[in-house]
Amino acid sequence: MNIFANPRAKWVGFTLIAIALAGLPFALASAGTAWVRIANLAILFVFLSLGLNIVVGFAGLLDLGYIAFYAVGAYVYALLASPHFNLHLPFWVILPIGALVACLFGVLLGAPTLKLRGDYLAIVTLGFGEIVRIFLNNLSQPVNITNGPQGISRIDPFSFGSFSFSQSETILGVDVSGPIKYYYMLLALLLLAIVVNLRLQHSRIGRAWEAIREDEIAARAMGIDTTRIKLLAFAMGASFGGIAGGMFSAIQGFISPESFVLVESIMVLSMVVLGGMGNVWGVVLGAVLLSFVPELLRYTVEPLQKSLFGRSIIEPEVIRMLLFGLALVLMMLYRPAGLLPSAVRKRELSKPEDGAE
Amino acid sequence: MDIFLQQIINGLTLGSVYAIVALGYTMVYGIIQLINFAHGELVMLGAMVAFSVIGALAGTSLPPVLIVLAGVLAAVPACMLVGFAMERIAYRPLRNAPRLAPLITAIGISIILQHVALLVWSRSPLAFPQIIPLVRYYIGGAIITGVQIAIILTSVLMMAALTLLVYRTKLGIAMRATSQNPQVAGLMGIDINRVISFTFIVGAGLAAVAGVMVGTYYGIAHYSMGSLLGMKAFSAAVLGGIGNLAGAMLGGILLGIVEALGAGYIGDLTNNVFGSNYQDVFAFIVLIAVLVFRPSGLLGERVGDRA
Repeated sequence: MNIFANPRAKWVGFTLIAIALAGLPFALASAGTAWVRIANLAILFVFLSLGLNIVVGFAGLLDLGYIAFYAVGAYVYALLASPHFNLHLPFWVILPIGALVACLFGVLLGAPTLKLRGDYLAIVTLGFGEIVRIFLNNLSQPVNITNGPQGISRIDPFSFGSFSFSQSETILGVDVSGPIKYYYMLLALLLLAIVVNLRLQHSRIGRAWEAIREDEIAARAMGIDTTRIKLLAFAMGASFGGIAGGMFSAIQGFISPESFVLVESIMVLSMVVLGGMGNVWGVVLGAVLLSFVPELLRYTVEPLQKSLFGRSIIEPEVIRMLLFGLALVLMMLYRPAGLLPSAVRKRELSKPEDGAE
Repeated sequence: MDIFLQQIINGLTLGSVYAIVALGYTMVYGIIQLINFAHGELVMLGAMVAFSVIGALAGTSLPPVLIVLAGVLAAVPACMLVGFAMERIAYRPLRNAPRLAPLITAIGISIILQHVALLVWSRSPLAFPQIIPLVRYYIGGAIITGVQIAIILTSVLMMAALTLLVYRTKLGIAMRATSQNPQVAGLMGIDINRVISFTFIVGAGLAAVAGVMVGTYYGIAHYSMGSLLGMKAFSAAVLGGIGNLAGAMLGGILLGIVEALGAGYIGDLTNNVFGSNYQDVFAFIVLIAVLVFRPSGLLGERVGDRA
């Protein structure tokens, strides 16, 4: 059944996937650079989903304001590398700062709220996300920090010395465009993130998260400092969001509070839920699916509607959101453990709790 | 002084709307311990349906009160139907699932309702037609409009009716029994599924009326108006003590007043560093403060932490 059980097959599989991932941007570029950009955004979303998975999947804390950390990371990057304050720090300095600041916000939100029961936590995090967005929108006066709804533009792209990620150039006779360079950079960071996540899951902390998720009171009885461990999950998840935000800033070159609305938090949540909460590969799959399928629909449904009815009746954006909503509802109803369920989660979600209410 | 009084009146108006919406949250929570995230969307749906009807009738020579009433009469059954269907499809199958599961479907339902509304009514807001003449009364330097009086009166009436329903009817007894212990209530011959359905239907009806009220107050209805309002109403329910009817009413009105006073005075208090554009933040600050310092709310009883 499991072809990956055989070590040789495993390596062949990995090599094939590696070749596919390496060649992907060029294949996509032949269909249009837009697709490479979509792939880059997809990687960012995988990154975000992995971060949220630490909070929701591993520790079982429903965070509905996750995008706030993404926003914090993005704004840290934008403020430290744009003409807005005339600061131009290199990205490898800013990304860790962004992660750290986001982590700080995670602790700031987590410390007072983690005592709360799960569903209260959900709504508090949701409020937190809104508060961050409202502040971003309004902190343009009396001191102009975030430039309000106009957002911050002309953000520096990633660069090593004179090697800038935003320009296309010819390397070894191959035309490499900016998005393709970013692709490799993001892919490298993503692989790192996946390794970190896999290691985390099986670490002492990871097992503590799982214990808390399954039964907090029992976990506490086993000597786990639940508040601290939960706070750690929040902080870790937040720093992932912060790094992803920084990368988003650099790739887009422009950010505004509009990019960090509640819907985005829910989008990331859908990705985690669709793939399978708590399973790193499932989350990757969920994020990739929910990033690409709506784009595919955009390119197929739109022309189809035009040819059938002569005009666009359903906006692609609406289709995308309906897809997210349906993913959340249908997955919970029919496959609550996700497309690729984690072993523990499967056990937990398939068996109804005994009537001990 | 008159600013103070004016903000109190404005806060009272919005607060009574919050209270009505908060009742929906608190009833559902009290009975199945679920935060019905999609409840805010029912408010939006109520406003949109009512505005469509009101817009269609605005040209006729019917008296304005009848037109608004027709809107309400269309909105209430529509919302009740959606509320009923919502519970049946998305929450009932998950009643014994882990807590996270129905919470996630609730978010999904909320997204779906919002975007179905977007499909039906498009992105542009519906405006309330100018059919109600602007009536103003002066009280000690502050102005109260006819619409505000109508909103406050309607809310008080609905709260009274709900209280009677819950404390004076057989169905109310069944509801209270189910919220205390569903298993035992079932053993006593109460059809729990019916009671839960009924709770959703009543909550949805209240939400529909609230939608019409808030829409009339602001003059517009919009497909995305539900989520923020829903969140505020939920904060109100938590402030009063979730699961507690009187708490939801008190919490709603208090939250409305806090918000109005906050928005009115924050500029003066902070030397105009923060302006009234921070109005929406107050609800969340109240929510977080209550949850941290008194998680059971103002009128709630102390409940044990169940994970």
